[in-house]
Amino acid sequence: MAITVSDTTYTRNKIHPKKFALWVACGSMLMMFAGLSSAYMVREAAGNWLEFRLPQVFNLSTIIILLSSAALHFSFFQFKRGNERNYKLFLVLALLLGFGFIVTQYQGWLAMVEMGVPLKTNPSGDFIYVISGIHAAHVLGGIGTLIVALIHAFALPFQVTPGRKLRFELTLTFWHFVDFLWIYLFVFLSM
Amino acid sequence: MATTVNPTIKDKDDLLIEDLGYDDHFHEHHDGDKYQSSFITTYIFSQDHKMIAKQFLITGMFWAIIGALMSLVFRLQLGFPDDSLAWLKPVLGKWIQLNAETGMGTLAPEFYYALVTMHGTIIVFFVLTAGLSGTFSNLLIPLQVGARDMASPLLNMLSYWFFFLAGVVMFASLFLSTGPFAGGWTAYPPLSALPQASSGSGAGMTLWVVSLVFFVVSVLLGGVNYITTVLNLRTKGMSMWRLPLTIWAFFITAIIGLLSFPVLVSGLLLIMFDRGLGTSFYLSEIFIGGQALDHVGGSPILYQHLFWFLGHPEVYIIILPAMGIVSEVLSVHARKPIFGYKAMVFSILAIAFLSFIVWAHHMFMSGVNPFISNFFVVFTLIIAVPSAVKVFNWIATLYGGNIRFNSASLFSIGFVSLFISGGLTGIFLGNSALDIQLHDTYFVVAHFHIVMGVAAFFGMFAGIYHWYPKMFGRFMNETLGRIHFWGTIAGSYAIFWPMHYLGMAGVPRRYYRFDTFDSFSHFTDMNQFITIAAIVVFALQVLFVINFFYSIWYGKKMTVKNPWQATTLEWTTPINVGHGNWEGNIPTVQRWAYDYGKDGHDFISQIEPLKEGEQTAH
Repeated sequence: MAITVSDTTYTRNKIHPKKFALWVACGSMLMMFAGLSSAYMVREAAGNWLEFRLPQVFNLSTIIILLSSAALHFSFFQFKRGNERNYKLFLVLALLLGFGFIVTQYQGWLAMVEMGVPLKTNPSGDFIYVISGIHAAHVLGGIGTLIVALIHAFALPFQVTPGRKLRFELTLTFWHFVDFLWIYLFVFLSM
Repeated sequence: MATTVNPTIKDKDDLLIEDLGYDDHFHEHHDGDKYQSSFITTYIFSQDHKMIAKQFLITGMFWAIIGALMSLVFRLQLGFPDDSLAWLKPVLGKWIQLNAETGMGTLAPEFYYALVTMHGTIIVFFVLTAGLSGTFSNLLIPLQVGARDMASPLLNMLSYWFFFLAGVVMFASLFLSTGPFAGGWTAYPPLSALPQASSGSGAGMTLWVVSLVFFVVSVLLGGVNYITTVLNLRTKGMSMWRLPLTIWAFFITAIIGLLSFPVLVSGLLLIMFDRGLGTSFYLSEIFIGGQALDHVGGSPILYQHLFWFLGHPEVYIIILPAMGIVSEVLSVHARKPIFGYKAMVFSILAIAFLSFIVWAHHMFMSGVNPFISNFFVVFTLIIAVPSAVKVFNWIATLYGGNIRFNSASLFSIGFVSLFISGGLTGIFLGNSALDIQLHDTYFVVAHFHIVMGVAAFFGMFAGIYHWYPKMFGRFMNETLGRIHFWGTIAGSYAIFWPMHYLGMAGVPRRYYRFDTFDSFSHFTDMNQFITIAAIVVFALQVLFVINFFYSIWYGKKMTVKNPWQATTLEWTTPINVGHGNWEGNIPTVQRWAYDYGKDGHDFISQIEPLKEGEQTAH
């Protein structure tokens, strides 16, 4: 792995280049949702727009993803303190809550179909499927990184090294990002 | 490979780096010197930024040839609509329709549209975005900021391979039996959103979207790396105000790309939903073949907003790197500091900012509210201010300079000429009232080809001639380079200057032939002239390609490290640069990048410490 080019060279940076790169990438992903949000607003202003309330189950999914973020952050604290048991426990919990979020989002889509807003009814519903669907794809990406983190946690002997701390921080940042993103989308779509 | 230079001979630069540089222990590390160990890791899946730059460049050249050849085919159709194209049948197959009686071969109209579409897509995205920004950002960012490599060489490698994948998908679409996408490079719905709208709207459009999404992934991976490298991996002493203007340009370009390309993905995703799942984001009531489709209430204008929110910044993604290269090359070959360094940086920033609030000037005639248009007119015209600042500074840099007229500097001067010519017509087109006459005519075609097509190519050529020795350790042939320049600048004006007159007379772009319109039939000779000029210019580009590849193996060898007597860091690296760029320490930077003709010295390298009592700008 050539990752070490930056590891060997740039120890004098305030922020690790990889962390910075992730922040930049998050900004880019945010722009994609900003594009979709503005399309939503432009289309809404054009009329022929079906008004309906978001299904209740989306409230539940919002709580679940918040809890998942909190669990992962707690796991990170425990990792830094060297508390192996709690670190692994809360890592597993964060992952399970992550799966829970995807399941509840799916139930939200089913609830929309049941309340009479399946795909192709009106762009107001279609936008919700598209936006929440693309968000869910990003969460799945986050779940992928959590699974890698979990494999590391259980396959490798427990050790608090700078490399593993960095990797955890990157995972944590992205997981908080998709959490924040959903909160934004939830508020935006509920309005 | 890394240490072919005789290590016993040390020049002044080596000694300075030894004394003042700092040791990052790079070469003691296992992936330092031994990194490139096999053919595959050296030439194919390389993570070295210099090799990735060459990959971007050569792939870009491949696409440039394809894109240019396509333009020749449709120029033949426009210049000589009554001549037989039967001789192209072996290449184009069924797209040349033979008349059974006369043997006359005509270009299929639907393929004409496919050619126009693919020409635009290929040149804008694959050549002038990936080939220009991809090549020079990769080559120069680590070398000029004093870094061993990009922040993440792995992502950098993936960036190239996603570009390659995008290319493979687009290339495959050229061979579909229904043809590639033919609805224009902007892919407006409904032609892009309804698979049954035209022959290229089916599989051709699907592959177009897939290719573009891969391409955006490539741009984003590259951009994250460029930004992080510039902000985090600069060597000691390299403050932002000491960066060469090339790096400022690449840095801001990457930021623009990162903010605008994701919005294109949003727009394309909604197209995919409309195509695949039958939603109506962009489609309103439509009849095809007498049948009403069940799409209601969508808005094709919505797509235009999303597309041009990328599309307008995209033209600055294309032109800013060229501007950065030209600033650097002009300063080096005029032997003068760049005039107004800070003004150059601020004008790049101003252009970048304005690029995000002018997109609707592409849509003045699409039915957007004329009062909203006024807002976009004003901001569009304001872009003339930072652009004029840059032009003034380039000319002021040349003024009184001890100019070396070689291929690199000639192409830079040519860039300034083209940027002025093309920029002036931009002021016409930025007016929503004038657009009533000029929109969708050859005036637009002439404007954007000069200002962001040919001009960006000139920036690219300047960069290739100037940094060729850094890439390949040899020089390109200077005589061929000058023939290339003089022929190309004369030929480019010969192609695009007459198009302004066509456009002012109202000749619409994208039409298959004009001789059936009485009002345009007297332009037949002019169209023939343009076509002949295009063929000549293409021949000169073939000359360039031959020069390029011949010189890789047989060009004049570079015998000194700094052949142009430039101040920037890339010329302090060994002649044959290995992985990690500097053999021992990393150089530290003591001064800004443009100390030319200072205190009786022709140039002072960035690594030379300030002398006692010496005044410094930055």
